[in-house]
Amino acid sequence: MKSSVITFPGSNCDRDMDVALTKFGFKNKMVWHNDQELPKSDLIVLPGGFSYGDYLRCGSMASKSKIMHSVINFAKSGGLVMGICNGFQILVESGLVPGVLLRNKYLQFICKNVHVKVDNIDNTFFKNLDKKVLEFHIAHNEGNYFCTNDQLKEIEDNNQIAIYYCDQNGNTNDQINPNGSIKNIAGIFNKEKNVLGMMPHPERMIDQSLSGEDGSIFF
Amino acid sequence: MLVNEKIAIEHGLKSDEYKKICKLLKRIPNITELGIFSAMWNEHCSYKSSRIHLKKLHTKGKKVIQGPGENAGVIDIEDGDAIVFKIESHNHPSFIEPYQGAATGVGGIMRDVFTMGARPIANLNSIHFGSTQHKKTKNLLRGVVHGIGGYGNCMGIPTIAGQTSFDRSYNGNILVNAMTLGLVKKDKIFYSKAAGLNKPVIYVGSKTGRDGIHGASMASASFDEKIEEKKPTVQVGDPFTEKLLLEACLELMSGDSIIAIQDMGAAGLTSSSIEMASKGNLGIEINLNKVPCRETKMTPYEIMLSESQERMLIVLESGKEELAKKIFDKWNLDFAIIGKTTDTKNIELYFDNKQVANIPVNTLVENSPMYDRKWKKSKLPKKNKIDKTTFKSLKIKDTLKKILSSPNVCSKEWIWQQYDHTVMGDTIQKPGGDSGVVRVHKTDKAIAATVDSSATYCWAHPLTGGKQVVCETWRNLISVGAKPIAVTNCLNFGSPEKEENMGEFVECVQGISEACKYLDYPVVSGNVSFYNETKDIGIKPTPTIGGVGLIKDYKKMITMDFKEIDNIVLVIGKTEGHIDQSLLSRIILNENNGPPPEVNLFNEKNNGLTLLNLIEKNFIKSAHDVSLGGIITAISKMCIKGNKGIQIKKPKFLINEIEYFFAEDQGRYLIEINPQNFKEVSNILDKNSVHYDELGKIIDKEMIIDQKTKLSIDELKSYNTNWLKSYMV
Repeated sequence: MKSSVITFPGSNCDRDMDVALTKFGFKNKMVWHNDQELPKSDLIVLPGGFSYGDYLRCGSMASKSKIMHSVINFAKSGGLVMGICNGFQILVESGLVPGVLLRNKYLQFICKNVHVKVDNIDNTFFKNLDKKVLEFHIAHNEGNYFCTNDQLKEIEDNNQIAIYYCDQNGNTNDQINPNGSIKNIAGIFNKEKNVLGMMPHPERMIDQSLSGEDGSIFF
Repeated sequence: MLVNEKIAIEHGLKSDEYKKICKLLKRIPNITELGIFSAMWNEHCSYKSSRIHLKKLHTKGKKVIQGPGENAGVIDIEDGDAIVFKIESHNHPSFIEPYQGAATGVGGIMRDVFTMGARPIANLNSIHFGSTQHKKTKNLLRGVVHGIGGYGNCMGIPTIAGQTSFDRSYNGNILVNAMTLGLVKKDKIFYSKAAGLNKPVIYVGSKTGRDGIHGASMASASFDEKIEEKKPTVQVGDPFTEKLLLEACLELMSGDSIIAIQDMGAAGLTSSSIEMASKGNLGIEINLNKVPCRETKMTPYEIMLSESQERMLIVLESGKEELAKKIFDKWNLDFAIIGKTTDTKNIELYFDNKQVANIPVNTLVENSPMYDRKWKKSKLPKKNKIDKTTFKSLKIKDTLKKILSSPNVCSKEWIWQQYDHTVMGDTIQKPGGDSGVVRVHKTDKAIAATVDSSATYCWAHPLTGGKQVVCETWRNLISVGAKPIAVTNCLNFGSPEKEENMGEFVECVQGISEACKYLDYPVVSGNVSFYNETKDIGIKPTPTIGGVGLIKDYKKMITMDFKEIDNIVLVIGKTEGHIDQSLLSRIILNENNGPPPEVNLFNEKNNGLTLLNLIEKNFIKSAHDVSLGGIITAISKMCIKGNKGIQIKKPKFLINEIEYFFAEDQGRYLIEINPQNFKEVSNILDKNSVHYDELGKIIDKEMIIDQKTKLSIDELKSYNTNWLKSYMV
């Protein structure tokens, strides 16, 4: 499998993502935001970080950068695109997935391990998953997912919610919700399920010495 | 504007210093020149009160590649790798404007590290606030934590460890000390020494604005009631630009275009240009019209004294201008050729085709004032006589509860969860342990780092306190299985113009030096922050030590959480029952006098190295050093982290149980071992003459002391974790 990780000015998880993809057998290429063309890829990753310093709104400027035209076309033609953290914010800003990401409910950056529940494995990203509850890691200031009631109904009807924040047994409730996201949403798909945006960082959980290993299952 | 003595004094210079300037120049300086002198000769830049004493620090060692005097220190970690690190204070600005003050402190120290060619791999910080009852404390804490996180998180550098303390003496002067470690190849280190004539001098990074003018002078004076008016002297940080600057600089450094590079920190363009010229024994000529400015009509004076952030000065090889410009264009950063190196040994500034300053570089550096200030020797306070019945009236459970939930011992999770501590994917020990540990990317090695200070001990007896802080960091490193290599120090004190304060400084430095020498643990970088005083009230002497150590095989790293039921727990090092200056004494007995615990450097080294040997032999399952709050506090933390309990039997000693459990004797560790290895471990300890006590064995979820006192681990956890969270709500 070939993958490409896009580096925007201010991306800071691009290297970590490269390390993870390479570890799990991807032939990965780093792509500069100012390039026009994407290399031939099976998967495009928009990594975490603070693209354009999070100025204006997180992800908004990056969503207008040159390479994003190609990324949007790639997604629309069915190619796999994944946005992690700031990458999720960029996906939201570019309209590839619905909704918005607001500032965390308690107005603080949060860096910690969380559990997430995977409901829907009927898609390319999760089809090989043999565990329902995964331990992931979050590190963000604006991960509070929000959408209108109509949008929420639509994404629920289409099974677009990819992962929910939950406790270690898979229960979702307000107490376990780290950032105030509506319905404990931690990640969502587009309608066709070839685009996935999520706040947690699987690339930080890829070996025993780190915060955990569940990222390995994900890749 | 014509310069006179009054204007010089307004610039923070003393009357005789102004006279010295006129004598050196053989004329009256103009206003730009006066500004430059005031920036170079203030305490913050010239170290005029401390230089004479800093020379006594122990700075040499086999692993030292670069000691004090450069942007940061450099140590050898084998295989051609080196670690660049330094700690720096940003106290004064953080009190005036906590978010920006702390943020730019973090930004500044990271620049010091990547200026040398190293990619930052970890941040640490030591922050000190006033009494938790003081009206400003909460906002200052919130602002500082947001500022540190705001900058470090955006840069994508993990914040892996830190220290937070509260003490009344910081009510009017908080301390914010930031430390950064970077990784570099030994043959790719960059220095600030200019070389060669007519080499282009390049300005890169952000544009220059009117922010931070006289920041370094502000940091060289005490505070009064007009402190709010000083807000404009605080710089404003932009971590996004710094991230671009980092990537652009490292890209340029991968080639061979750079002769010298220096970040524009305190005193901005002034100190960076002068330092490069001075180290290279050269002159430098700058056309100030070429400096990229963000505001209009900036005067030469403002351009030279601005402390706008995220800027670098580079002396480039001739002919490499285009190549370098291309890199900075790619990262959307300003790039301007603003001058050249000369053989005049003067700094010459031009503006609108006129010369606006011409000063011999040596008058600013070598001839800067150096004072041997008067200082007062301190006496070791007398021991308190504590009535034994006092101890008998104390219940272990209540006392432990108070200590675990006290501001200086409680869990600081509320703080470090706001710092990204896992970015870069190599953090293998997070904040909350004895040291933070990061792997050296794509190798089996790991670097452990810790930061500590013990102001109370230093206040009680500076010499002992100075030694103790060094030993404390040494123990923190040993406890995670790292071989301590070197330290950086941040010396925070009151006004050096007072004999008591100066005495505290001199004796703390002496203590630090003695300990560093004995432990072969040299100081490779650091900074001094004087004038931490408001309306004549100074802080407790607070030397902060940042220690760095190496773990050769990261899989052998040790953590403090209890691992397995039925394993046994030993105390390494002797417990004499020293209560004076302990937490028990201060917050339970309300007794603030008396000497700090004695530091025995022989035991410290012997105990530490023996433990490292045991770790190397894979005998140690968990370890934790004993510090504030004594054995019982340390044990509680190991229980909480491992979610396991312990059955404790107090060894039969003459001292009573309160003294045994809460004393703060030095040189001690708690270790967990498998009972099968007890014989071998005790043999090694005996052979090395290391004292140890058998404390107990690990059980499930309960702490039981001599069958009388019982505490559930959940109880301990709630005492320890709730205080700060509820305080900050």
